[in-house]
Amino acid sequence: MQRSMLDLWVGLFVVAGIVGLVVLAFKVGNMSSAGTGDTYEVTANFDNIGGLKPRAAIKSAGVVVGRVKSISFNNERFTAKVTMAIETRYKFPKDTTASILTSGLLGEQYVGLEGGGDDKMLGTGDNIRLTQSAVVLEKLISQFLFDKAAEGGDAKK
Amino acid sequence: MQPSPAKHRTLPSVSRIGANAIDTVLRLGYAARFIGLTIAHSGTCLARPRLVVRELYYTGVLSLIIILVSGLFVGMVLGLQGYQTLTTYGSESALGVLVALSLVRELGPVVSALLFASRAGSAMTAEIGLMKATEQLSAMEMMAVDPIARVVAPRFWAGVISMPLLAAMFSAMGVFGGYVIGVVLIGVDEGSFWSQMQSAVDVREDVLNGVIKSFVFGIAVTWIALFEGYDAPPTAEGVSGATTRTVVTSSLAILALDFILTSFMFSAA
Amino acid sequence: MAATPLIEIKNVNFAYGKRPILTGINMSIPRGKVVALMGISGSGKTTLLRLIGGVMRPTSGEVWVNGVCTSRLDTRGIYQMRRSMGMLFQFGALFTDLSVFDNVAFQMREHTGLPESMIRDLVMMKLNAVGLRGAHKLMPSELSGGMARRVALARAIGLDPMIMMYDEPFTGLDPISLGVIANLVRELNDTLGTTSLVVTHDVQEALDVVDYVYYLSDGKMKAHGTPAGMRANTDPLVHQFVNGEAEGPVAYQYPSRDYADDLKMGSRRAA
Repeated sequence: MQRSMLDLWVGLFVVAGIVGLVVLAFKVGNMSSAGTGDTYEVTANFDNIGGLKPRAAIKSAGVVVGRVKSISFNNERFTAKVTMAIETRYKFPKDTTASILTSGLLGEQYVGLEGGGDDKMLGTGDNIRLTQSAVVLEKLISQFLFDKAAEGGDAKK
Repeated sequence: MQPSPAKHRTLPSVSRIGANAIDTVLRLGYAARFIGLTIAHSGTCLARPRLVVRELYYTGVLSLIIILVSGLFVGMVLGLQGYQTLTTYGSESALGVLVALSLVRELGPVVSALLFASRAGSAMTAEIGLMKATEQLSAMEMMAVDPIARVVAPRFWAGVISMPLLAAMFSAMGVFGGYVIGVVLIGVDEGSFWSQMQSAVDVREDVLNGVIKSFVFGIAVTWIALFEGYDAPPTAEGVSGATTRTVVTSSLAILALDFILTSFMFSAA
Repeated sequence: MAATPLIEIKNVNFAYGKRPILTGINMSIPRGKVVALMGISGSGKTTLLRLIGGVMRPTSGEVWVNGVCTSRLDTRGIYQMRRSMGMLFQFGALFTDLSVFDNVAFQMREHTGLPESMIRDLVMMKLNAVGLRGAHKLMPSELSGGMARRVALARAIGLDPMIMMYDEPFTGLDPISLGVIANLVRELNDTLGTTSLVVTHDVQEALDVVDYVYYLSDGKMKAHGTPAGMRANTDPLVHQFVNGEAEGPVAYQYPSRDYADDLKMGSRRAA
C-alpha cells in the first residue's frame, strides 16, 4: 500500500471515530443543553423528595433552566436539602415555589419552579421557602381509600 | 496389575493441578512484566508516530467494516425488539432512550470489543507469533533493534487508540439503525424519539463512561493479543493455539471487566 | 594480520537450569578468516552463536569480541556491540511485511540518520552484491528460498559489519543456490574484510569455502583443524561426521531394550 493512501485511510478512520463521539455527545446525549453558561446556586428544603436524583432537570413552564447539583439530609429539620444550579440568564423572584414533579405517570422526577410576584430576585446561596414535596403514590392511595371509607360510613348513617 | 495404575492416577493429576497453577502465576507475572516493558519502551512511538499510524491502519481501518455493519444490525434489532416490548406499555416514545442507553452504556463498548478481539486481536497474535516462529524478532534483536519498541509498542498504542473510536462508531451506527427501524419504518414520532433520548442520556454518566469502558477493553484486548503472540511457541501449532487463546481469553476478560466497571460506574449513583 | 583474534571464547560453560549445553569451550577466530562450527543437531552450535551475539550469557567463562568481554556489558552495550555484527538466520528471517528494498534498508533507517537518497544508493549496492538489484520491489513471499537467503545476506551486511555469523545458511537449498550462497560467504568475507563464523552441518560445501573448522559434539569441542586436516582426521567421531556414515560412535539406534525382548512382549500381550 502506498504511504499516502495509508495515511488517508487512517485519517478518515480517526475523523469518523471523532464524528461518532461528537454524535454521541450532542445528538444522542444532552451536551447541547447541559452545562452551557454560568450558573448560580440556590437551595430548597423538601419534606420528601421521592425519587429525585442529582443532575435531574429543573424546569420552569416546561423549559429546562438548570440541574440538581446535590441532595443532602438536614438532620435538624429532618428534611431533604436540594442544591440547584440555575443558569444565570434565568432570574426568579424570591417567592418562587419549588415543587417536585413527575414527567408522565411513571417518568423521571424533576424540580418545577413557579415564579411569584416579588421584586427581589434569587441569588447565590438563597433559599427557596415555598416548597411542595413529591407525591408519594402509597400515601395518595391510602388517602383515597380512607376518604372512600369515610364516605361509606356517612352513607350508612 | 490393575489397582496400581488406578492408585497412581490421582497423584499425577494433583501434582498437575499444582504445576498448572504455578505455570499460570508465572505467565501472569511475565505478562505484567511484558506490558510494563511495552509502556516503558514507547518512546520510539512518540519519536516516530508513523509506526503507530501504520498499525492504526491494520487494527482500526481494517476493523471498520465489521464494526459499522454489526453496529447497524444491533441497532436495528434493538429498535424492533424494544418497540415490541415498549408498545405493550404504550410508551413507544421511549424507544430512543432504550436504544441509545443500551448501546452507549453496554452494547457499544462490549460488542465492538468482542468483534475487535476476534478481528484485530487474533490477527495481531498470529502476526507476532509468526514473526517469532520465523526468527524475525531474533533477527531484529541481532540488528540491535528492540522488538518491543519497534514491533509491540506501536501495535499496543494503535489498539488502545482505535478501540474507543470503533466503539463510538458502533454506538452511533446503532442509534442510526434504531432510528431507521423505529422512526422511518414503524413510525414512532421523530421528535419524541430524539428529545426523550437526549434528556435521558447524560454525557458524563453515560457517554463518557462508555468511552472509558471501551478504552479499558482496548488495553485488555491488545495486551492479551500481543502477549499471546510474543509468548507463543515458535511452531505452527503454537501460533494457531495462541490465536485461539487470544480470542477466548480476551472475550472472557471483556465480559468480566464489563461487570466490574459497570458495578463501579452505574451503581454508585 | 592483527595479533589478537577478533573473537575469543575462554573456557565457557553454559547450562539451561541443570542441563549442561556447553562445557569447557575454547575457541578463537582470527580477523579476516572464515571459520566453520560443525556438529550434529543438538550439539550446541546455535547456543554458542547466541553467546557470541550476546543473546544469552555464559554460566561461566568469558566471551571476548573485538577486545571487549561481552558478559560484562549491559543491555545498551550489547546493542552497541551488535551493530558491528551481521547475522544470517536459518531461513533468512526476512520481515514479511516489508519489501526487499525496505528489508535491506531497515537497519540503515533504524541506526543511521542518512537521507533517503543515500539509503537508496546503499541498498542498491548491497543488493547488487548478491545479484538481486532487480528484485528490490518484490515482497519476501514472492522470493524463492535461495533468493530470500541472499536478500537476508544483503540485509545482514547493511551496515558493513565487522563480524558475520551464519546460522545454518545452507539448510533446505537446492544445489545451485547452495553453491551460490557458499561462494557469497567467501566472496563477501574477502571483499568486505569481515570475519565470518558459519554454523553448519553441510560438511562438503563448508569444507570447500572455510579456512578453519571447529567440531562440536555433546557440548564439547571435540576436534579442530583446517579443512584438509578434518578430512584426514582419524577420530572415529569426526570421520563418521565428515563422511556422513550411518554407523559409528553416534549410534543409529535410539537406546532401546533388546529387539527380541520387545517383540516377545508384543506377542504375550496379544495372547
